[in-house]
Amino acid sequence: MVTNVTSLGRSGLYDWVIQRFSAIILAAYSLCILASFVMNPDMDFEKWSSIFEGNAMRFFSMITLLALCAHAWIGMWTISTDYMTSLQLGGSATFFRILFQAGCVLLIAVYLLWGIQIFWGN
Amino acid sequence: MLVSIYRYNPDTDDKPFMQDVQVQLPEDKDLMVLDVLELAKQQDPSVVYRRSCREGVCGSDGMNINGNNGLACITPMSSAVKPGGKLVLRPLPGLPVIRDLVVDMSIFYKQYEKIKPYLINDTAPPAIERLQSPEDREKLDGLYECILCACCSTNCPSFWWNPDKFIGPAGLLQAYRFLADTRDTADVERLAGLDDPFSVFRCRGIMNCVAVCPKGLNPTRAIGHIRSMLIQQGT
Ligand code: SF4
Ligand code: SF4
Ligand code: FES
Repeated sequence: MVTNVTSLGRSGLYDWVIQRFSAIILAAYSLCILASFVMNPDMDFEKWSSIFEGNAMRFFSMITLLALCAHAWIGMWTISTDYMTSLQLGGSATFFRILFQAGCVLLIAVYLLWGIQIFWGN
Repeated sequence: MLVSIYRYNPDTDDKPFMQDVQVQLPEDKDLMVLDVLELAKQQDPSVVYRRSCREGVCGSDGMNINGNNGLACITPMSSAVKPGGKLVLRPLPGLPVIRDLVVDMSIFYKQYEKIKPYLINDTAPPAIERLQSPEDREKLDGLYECILCACCSTNCPSFWWNPDKFIGPAGLLQAYRFLADTRDTADVERLAGLDDPFSVFRCRGIMNCVAVCPKGLNPTRAIGHIRSMLIQQGT
């Protein structure tokens, strides 16, 4: 049976608000990256990496990374509880859904840790 | 005119099939779909469907007419079928079929029951009745008119995927009808019951419900109001 225990906020309202907030952060970050390209027509690797060196940009990147993870989890959780229920898949639905959700968690965790390494490593 | 009707009798049929019936229509009149179905039933009396008021009031003849949910009794043939086309009648989608065009609405009513569709007010009742100003009464317009025909909920993908957990547009419209009622004092409890990830928040705002409501109601707007109330209460 589909239940709420695997939802991020355990409440529809929290999930909904997090989904919207994280979307705004992601949009702002995308604009920021776009602007950095527009302002640097002769972008090369040196310039590119110097943009990410400042602490402000590092924090912004970090926050965006967290927003992306939350956003992805809520989205994937919703998809799995819409389309991977016993109505669609029969008795083995819970097994496949948890497998799918575990895969998502793993991917998101890798993405997060890898991102931290890229932004804060040297 | 050719009428194609979904037939299924679980006692005798292995699986559903479409039956074509030839019906003679009067040339000078634009019949309602229900009239045509009655004519088809004269040809084959074994066709089963629900109907009662035949004027869009009881909500019992909700069905899928050429791909759109609607009440057969108030859907004119001229709007249901293109000239030269055939009339295709199927049961409301997403609910178990009992027989032919008759569906089992239990889960639909269960969702309706969940929202406590009655006035809750614990204060002592006045001698005659609880009065409301005309302005407060106006807040219920566009909400109270629902006849629970289920055309909207059975047209909603979110209700198809989670009919046991998503209240669905019909139930949510009524949930808001009582939240909006100034005589009702149970807003906090009502909202608490809707806060989980499924009851309200499975609505994706695609407005399939608005598109088919035969009474011209707007469940999506009501759902938006509920969401705003939840946000106001939760933040
Ligand atoms: S707007 Fe919401 S309730 Fe209406 S059909 Fe779409 S998902 Fe369903
Ligand atoms: S909102 Fe409209 S379509 Fe939905 S049950 Fe009520 S009358 Fe029928
Ligand atoms: S028969 Fe009553 S609504 Fe159509």
